[in-house]
Amino acid sequence: MKYVDEFRDPVKAQTLLKEIRQLVERIEICRHRPLQIMEVCGGHTHSIFRYGLQQMLPPEIEFVHGPGCPVCVLPMGRVDDCIALAQIPGAIFTTFGDAMRVPGSKKSLLQAKAEGADVRMVYSPLDALKLAHENPQREVIFFGLGFETTMPSTALTVLQAKAEGVRNFSLFCNHITIIPTIKAILDSPDLHLDGFLGPGHVSMVIGTAPYDFIARHYRRPIVVAGFEPLDILHSIWMVLKQLAEGRCEVENQYARIVSDEGNSLSLAAVNEVYELREFFEWRGLGSIDHSGVRMREGFAAWDAERKFAVPNLKIADPKSCQCGEVLKGVIKPRECKVFGTACTPETPLGALMVSSEGACAAYYNFGRIDISGLTQSLAERRAAA
Amino acid sequence: MTTGFVCNLPLEDMQRGRGKVRDATITMAHGSGGKAMRDLIHDVFLGAFNNPLLAPLEDQAVVSLKDLAEGGDRLAFTTDSYVVHPLFFPGGDIGTLAVNGTVNDLAVSGARPLYLSCGVVLEEGLAVETLRRVTMSMRAAADEAGVLIVTGDTKVVERGSADKLFINTAGIGVIPAGVNISASRAQAGDKVIVNGYLGDHGCAILLARNELALETDVLTDCQPLHDLVRTMLKVCPDIHCLRDATRGGLATVANEFAQSSRVAIRLNEAALPLRESVRGACEILGLDPLYLANEGKLVAIVPAANAESLVETMRAHPAGREAAIVGDVMAAPSGIVMLNTGFGGGRIVDLLVGEQLPRIC
Repeated sequence: MKYVDEFRDPVKAQTLLKEIRQLVERIEICRHRPLQIMEVCGGHTHSIFRYGLQQMLPPEIEFVHGPGCPVCVLPMGRVDDCIALAQIPGAIFTTFGDAMRVPGSKKSLLQAKAEGADVRMVYSPLDALKLAHENPQREVIFFGLGFETTMPSTALTVLQAKAEGVRNFSLFCNHITIIPTIKAILDSPDLHLDGFLGPGHVSMVIGTAPYDFIARHYRRPIVVAGFEPLDILHSIWMVLKQLAEGRCEVENQYARIVSDEGNSLSLAAVNEVYELREFFEWRGLGSIDHSGVRMREGFAAWDAERKFAVPNLKIADPKSCQCGEVLKGVIKPRECKVFGTACTPETPLGALMVSSEGACAAYYNFGRIDISGLTQSLAERRAAA
Repeated sequence: MTTGFVCNLPLEDMQRGRGKVRDATITMAHGSGGKAMRDLIHDVFLGAFNNPLLAPLEDQAVVSLKDLAEGGDRLAFTTDSYVVHPLFFPGGDIGTLAVNGTVNDLAVSGARPLYLSCGVVLEEGLAVETLRRVTMSMRAAADEAGVLIVTGDTKVVERGSADKLFINTAGIGVIPAGVNISASRAQAGDKVIVNGYLGDHGCAILLARNELALETDVLTDCQPLHDLVRTMLKVCPDIHCLRDATRGGLATVANEFAQSSRVAIRLNEAALPLRESVRGACEILGLDPLYLANEGKLVAIVPAANAESLVETMRAHPAGREAAIVGDVMAAPSGIVMLNTGFGGGRIVDLLVGEQLPRIC
């Protein structure tokens, strides 16, 4: 397939892998411990597992699967809020597909739907706005979720609803921002990251300039990466090259999509509709200052949080869950006490087990690094369960 | 409301023009056991399916054991219910599915499919014309598969209690002596074969729902597989495992084989037959074609020595033109399916937990 197969060429992969192995030889750290490279974005996590990239790379390179899976970092209290909104009589609650299975404190949206709530999966917030047009007597609520990648589309939908005077549409805003989150991770004392793969689609919106502090202040290389397997190998090569040459810079591997300054139209829409929250609660990571946005006062008529009584209860993560440690890369998913036993994709305790972008679900579904070792241990776990 | 096809109106009466359905839509009366139901059965069902075993309209179809025994030494018996939205989709409809699905469930045992039943649950308000179209498709599919629809049942439920039309078909077929196909017979060294493009049906249905604003020319692959299986058995009587890869796709069948046979199965991504359009739709929606449904695809596990010649034979058959060897069987790790990615890596292919859900971004 054109524009896809070019980025999945196994011959080019071998060439890159050879160069990556040569670079590893030149990097001093690799003689003492494996390099830890965080892929911030859940889309990268998905690709790494889908193509089995970890097992292709030399053992001196370890991926740390970062917090960039929006459904994974959603606290249970917010899922409960979604269910409360979905149960408002007459409401149609609309959401992206993979948020349907995220467990709340009592149930998921999928279960709420089975019990009678009108929960519908849509592919775009504009589909939700269309539903509002088609059902003028009913309130249509869209579950706004995700980083800067999805923010412009929800902001533009709200702007369109306002322009069209649609009064039965509202957004339950749970958008989160990437920069404060990366900063919180870098400030975490139990973490030793050597470099980053920067999120590709977030950067398409915000550009590459906001990452300067990572290189300048924290002295870590960051390479904004595409999502095809060759993109990821190429980006790893770029991070290693910086390390080998003693550089710490922001580089852009995904230049075919990402410009340094970002997308000004998207950013303008985002700024018009949203403002930073003082803090936002993350699953596993706790509260992070200025890491979420809410809708501005002027859009109160389309803001589900202002329009309806959202319970907004804080629910503690299950005690047995070690999602936070996994998110920060302190432990690998399989080192979690409940991985593959109490917490499986069928019965997820932590949200990392829910989405295919979640590190734990990816480990469980697609296998561990060394496939022979992995498959054996997974089979044993299941036999024991 | 709960009476079957059973009705004592002689065939001649129908031929004299009695028993025509005049209503445009199905009402509760069509399930009440009275005249409206009698007319529906004669006009729509008997009109479409008419055959000597059905025509007496007894409470049951009566089949000669002697005739059955001539075809083999074991009876295969299966049932399946069909609920699909939309009822009509590119390349087929719920009627073609209801016949071919059950025919294929019989066929993959090596059986020659012979007789089907047809139970329908109709939602009050369904257009009679829709039901006519579906029964005519069923007749056409039955003719193509060489089976007879010999008994049936009709229920009508109130509006909102069902989604337009549900169909259940059960089927019987006869397995020739010497054929021994089972999900538990895969052995290390065996090869995994599919008979063509994967995921067409799942993709066609997804796009026919029109929720995605994507357009492609993908048709359902709905087709009967019994003749292909018969041809395969001629070349390779010792087929170890055979299943049609419907819901859950190749990934699910491979997992079933691996678990039943206590072996590992290794699929080769580069060898999987996939249409560009199906790949494209999966790329956009974040779906994995390995899990997409098929309605005319089988997965076979066969001794390595027979694999090449079998694929060659399959490719000469209309239902197997893109047949390919897509993987092999290994002794361990037991119960696990793996995929060698075309990129050079590997991963596990597990059973799906629920439906595949499109990703956020």
